[in-house]
Amino acid sequence: MSKKGKEGWRKIPRAATIMRPGNADAVETGTWRTYRPVHYDDKCIQCLQCWIVCPDDAMIVKDEKVVGVDLYHCKGCGICAVQCPAKPKAIEMKLESEFAEEGE
Amino acid sequence: MSQRVAMTGNEAAANALRQANPDIAAVYPITPQTELMHKFSSFVADGKVKTEVILVESEHSAMSATIGASASGARAITATAANGLALMWEVVYIAASMRLPIVMPVVNRALSGPINIHCDHSDTMGCRDSGWIQLFSENAQEAYDNVLQAFRIAEHPDVLLPTMATYDGFIISHTTETLEVLADEEVAKFVGEYKPEYGLLDPAKPITMGPLALPGFYYEQKRMQVEAMDNAREVIPQVAEEYRKLTGRGVAFLEEYLMDDAEVAILTLGSSAGTAKEATDEMRKEGAKVGMVKLRCFRPFPAQEILDAVKGVKVLGIMDRSISFGLEGGPVFNEIRSAAFDRPELLLKGYIYGLGGRDVNVGDVKGVFEDLMRVKEAGKVDSIMNYVGLREEETYPEQELVCVPKK
Repeated sequence: MSKKGKEGWRKIPRAATIMRPGNADAVETGTWRTYRPVHYDDKCIQCLQCWIVCPDDAMIVKDEKVVGVDLYHCKGCGICAVQCPAKPKAIEMKLESEFAEEGE
Repeated sequence: MSQRVAMTGNEAAANALRQANPDIAAVYPITPQTELMHKFSSFVADGKVKTEVILVESEHSAMSATIGASASGARAITATAANGLALMWEVVYIAASMRLPIVMPVVNRALSGPINIHCDHSDTMGCRDSGWIQLFSENAQEAYDNVLQAFRIAEHPDVLLPTMATYDGFIISHTTETLEVLADEEVAKFVGEYKPEYGLLDPAKPITMGPLALPGFYYEQKRMQVEAMDNAREVIPQVAEEYRKLTGRGVAFLEEYLMDDAEVAILTLGSSAGTAKEATDEMRKEGAKVGMVKLRCFRPFPAQEILDAVKGVKVLGIMDRSISFGLEGGPVFNEIRSAAFDRPELLLKGYIYGLGGRDVNVGDVKGVFEDLMRVKEAGKVDSIMNYVGLREEETYPEQELVCVPKK
């Protein structure tokens, strides 16, 4: 995701039209989180329900297995944790501040 | 070959729409626009035009659907009046900021309340900040001409702003007048095909229209809308000139009537311009050096053209068919007074008239002229907020309602 300076009004596309598809991908919404989903691979039954319900498509799935969370986009809504049918749950919502580095 | 026909304003506008051949019309009825869409729908039903008419559940939906259609790349129209326009207010702004060349006949009718289905300009004036181009019509001929020119103005690549072609409710919309309509082929050639640069329905070029824009980008978008309006100042006269070559009639921003040696003048919009022309003729017969200016284009506001039209005039009376509550003087009055700031020698007096369809006749306008002549003699303006035809005390039908404003 490149960061460039903001153009003057003459160069911006007319009517704020976004001329390429899928550019929401470039917007970092991960900073909005208060709670972060933590995925426990050993408890996961790989039902993929968390992936189905995630409104941000932030559950990373490779070879039909949940391998992690896209923290760049995940907003921490917690629907994945609520939905997880495993007992005990394979996803736990933890305060984002627990992951902050000293001084952040 | 042009034809001379007898039609109501609504029929004339419906024919203009038919000849412009829109792809989509998403509409909801409201008096006095209803017959416009009745007539247009009958053209569709009879196969005279290939428009898809979408009957929506409200005017808010009408403008929303029209925006969706226009954004997809279609030539899309809607039509409304008064509270219908008010109901679609938020989406009206969106149409302009999305730079969609929607054409919308607005049949000028008073905003409620109280509920009133008759003519005044409060509806169109309520949208003067929305970013739409606003044209006013004097009669059915101009209603027809303005609807046709609206397509060329709106769809011009340097403009791309939605345009409302307005005409007075009942006075124009429901009154049969004679007018000249162009042949279908002539209109097809004049209006042309709508060729958008892009649209939402091209799978090869997926785009997003109408997105979120955070504080870092919104302001620049608005500046671009200003640019589009500035470009319209060039395009409107170009289109008017082309139309004049085709038909022999029409003006760009305004029409001057007997202004050459006028010392006192009235400026007005809409059907009362016709009444004012009659009053001007009668005053001239009586030896008064008066003239009138009819404003055709209200947005973009032609400040310089107005000042040029009144350059020899000592006193200008501005007639407003709407009020901006809390502001002294009507909307048109205030905009002209602002424009005339650097010409303090021009005396300006404002008159509210015709609200809720209150009739304004030749006698009323002559009363305004006489009042303006008193101002010229006095050398100064007494009050800027005056009311033509307002009942101050109880009156009986036998009394003549001629404007003699209170001192």
